[in-house]
Amino acid sequence: MDPEGSHKNIVVADPDPIIAPGQTLTSVTDKISSIVLTPGMTKGWLGGFTVGVLLLLLLNLVITYLFAFGVGIWGINVPVAWAFAITNFVWWIGIGHAGTLISAFLLLMHQRWRTSINRFAEAMTIFAVMCAGMFPLLHMGRPWMFYYMMPYPNPMWLWPQFRSPLVWDVFAVSTYFTVSLLFWFVGLIPDLATLRDRAKSKVSQVIYGALAMGWRGSAVHWSRYEFASLLLAGIATPLVVSVHTVVSFDFTIAIVPGWHSTIFPPYFVAGAIYSGFAMVLTLAIPLRKYYHLEELVTIRHLDIMAKVTLATGMIVAYAYIFEAFMSFYSASQYEKFMLLNRMTGPYKVVYWGLITCNLIIPQVLWARKIRRSPVALFLIALVINVGMWLERFVIIAMSLHREFLPSKWGMYYPTRWDWATLAGSFGLFFVLFYLFIRFLPMISMVEVRSLVHQTDEEKLHV
Amino acid sequence: MPQIFHRSANYLSRASIIGAVVLIGLLGFVLWEITLSPWYTDQEVAKQQPVPFSHRHHAGELGIDCRYCHTSVEKSSFAGIPPTQTCMTCHSQIWTNAEMLEPVRASYRTDQSLEWTRVNALPDFVYFDHSIHVAKGVGCTTCHGPIAEMPLTYRAGTLYMSWCLECHRQPEKYVRPKSEVFNPFYKVPSNQMELGRRLVKEYKIKSLQHCSTCHR
Repeated sequence: MDPEGSHKNIVVADPDPIIAPGQTLTSVTDKISSIVLTPGMTKGWLGGFTVGVLLLLLLNLVITYLFAFGVGIWGINVPVAWAFAITNFVWWIGIGHAGTLISAFLLLMHQRWRTSINRFAEAMTIFAVMCAGMFPLLHMGRPWMFYYMMPYPNPMWLWPQFRSPLVWDVFAVSTYFTVSLLFWFVGLIPDLATLRDRAKSKVSQVIYGALAMGWRGSAVHWSRYEFASLLLAGIATPLVVSVHTVVSFDFTIAIVPGWHSTIFPPYFVAGAIYSGFAMVLTLAIPLRKYYHLEELVTIRHLDIMAKVTLATGMIVAYAYIFEAFMSFYSASQYEKFMLLNRMTGPYKVVYWGLITCNLIIPQVLWARKIRRSPVALFLIALVINVGMWLERFVIIAMSLHREFLPSKWGMYYPTRWDWATLAGSFGLFFVLFYLFIRFLPMISMVEVRSLVHQTDEEKLHV
Repeated sequence: MPQIFHRSANYLSRASIIGAVVLIGLLGFVLWEITLSPWYTDQEVAKQQPVPFSHRHHAGELGIDCRYCHTSVEKSSFAGIPPTQTCMTCHSQIWTNAEMLEPVRASYRTDQSLEWTRVNALPDFVYFDHSIHVAKGVGCTTCHGPIAEMPLTYRAGTLYMSWCLECHRQPEKYVRPKSEVFNPFYKVPSNQMELGRRLVKEYKIKSLQHCSTCHR
């Protein structure tokens, strides 16, 4: 028996290929680059972009009003001093994790299916981290003093409080953003060169040319490109785990029941990837439909992503169950009360909504038929996005509203400004994302070409 | 296909890498220098006063004790700005017709205070107490500089937090015998570290560095 031979037979006989058969190097490049290089705007793009810009203007209004009048415009107060802004922060930064997992971790694991989705997943990561990073700054009482969080030489001889997880957050998030941006840009360079060579107008030639940084496709260039990608993937992979771990420390280091828990780091990381994959699906399904990319982002991709979503969803479900179990097992009256209050307290609707969205509904992903139905998958992804947002609200705001002393109990009600800030962050995300799909190749031409080449080679060798 | 960029773009792009680093470094340096510059801190910038009062003449040449005018320095957080009456103890007798002193006499006649321009003003979020510093052997000139040599008074330090912390972290470098606190000509002895360590122990000086020591 020749194991390699049998492996190749499977590839040829694969009824469910990663990319649709009949693709050639030219067809892939034509397909992807034409989206960027065709002049003008399509109606769908313009419509979506307009909505995004309107929401971004709303964000602009919120921030102006916020800076003028302070965080009191939100519903936060003692005892619930952390609510929507921190919920949004954790939610957005969690979204980003799927992009890093797809681009870095799966690259090191030689998962070939990542090639069609990694580019826009990475873009999603960067934009999500930008949305996330905005919230702690807005949440500061004096956002113009944000640089106090950085250790820089100053005439006060003052350092940040390095024992505070909020400072760790600054380093985790800024590292995450820098590495993600570098990784994304390095991956873009050969594609930018392709666009430079194919662009018709002088302006786009100069812009793409400058961004391509003199890429000529020589063997030295390729060798360095591969090496840099690998190095950056090596740096980015630990970040998949570390960033959300640090984010979870924002809560676990405190002693508030519902926050003070050792299960949080892995639970947060799984939750992040869960919500991130849901977001990738939310973006991928309309994109492939609208731009007719079904041959590159195939049903097989959706199936695999649905499986990852299900798997991480099960880890999250495990964490929910064990969080509940540990509350009773701890024999701490405060922990027990925290859980009972979640299930039966004033915010019980949010808790059961979270359980429904994150735990119950995604179970339908066990069915192969659902995993391979774009419409069903899109709806489930939306449900998971909502569920993960509710989860962060449950953890953050609900833990605070019933602390140790009954005299410190209170309620939090979001104001219209809370909702407007959340909606505005979507504006920022969508404006950036719409600009990205208009001006940059949303699928990596280089990597898909190499995948086409590899599959062709395998066929030849049978 | 024609070239998009001129050959020089290669050099420009390489230079831009180094240029960016140098530029950021330079910007940091410039900002730091501005932060420390007298233009920004008012350090050693003499202020115009309603009467050109000279500490050099009064405290230096005449040898009037600091406490003759700044009466509450040993008892209160505030050292005290002397009332016009204090000036008039002497100036009702000498230089009684000097043009320069007309605002003082006017103030005395009308009972309207002289409005001096504040030279050493700490922000309101800082608690500072003169009496404890004086009581623990911190000399006037340690913070206020060579006051006996100032024709017009200027701020000797930056008043930055780092400036306070220099002493709060290592009081032994600055402390002097209590008998020398009001001596404006005090010279730091060559055995300051040895003396300082002894005095820190003797005066039970604590190196207070909690935020709430000053930011109450």
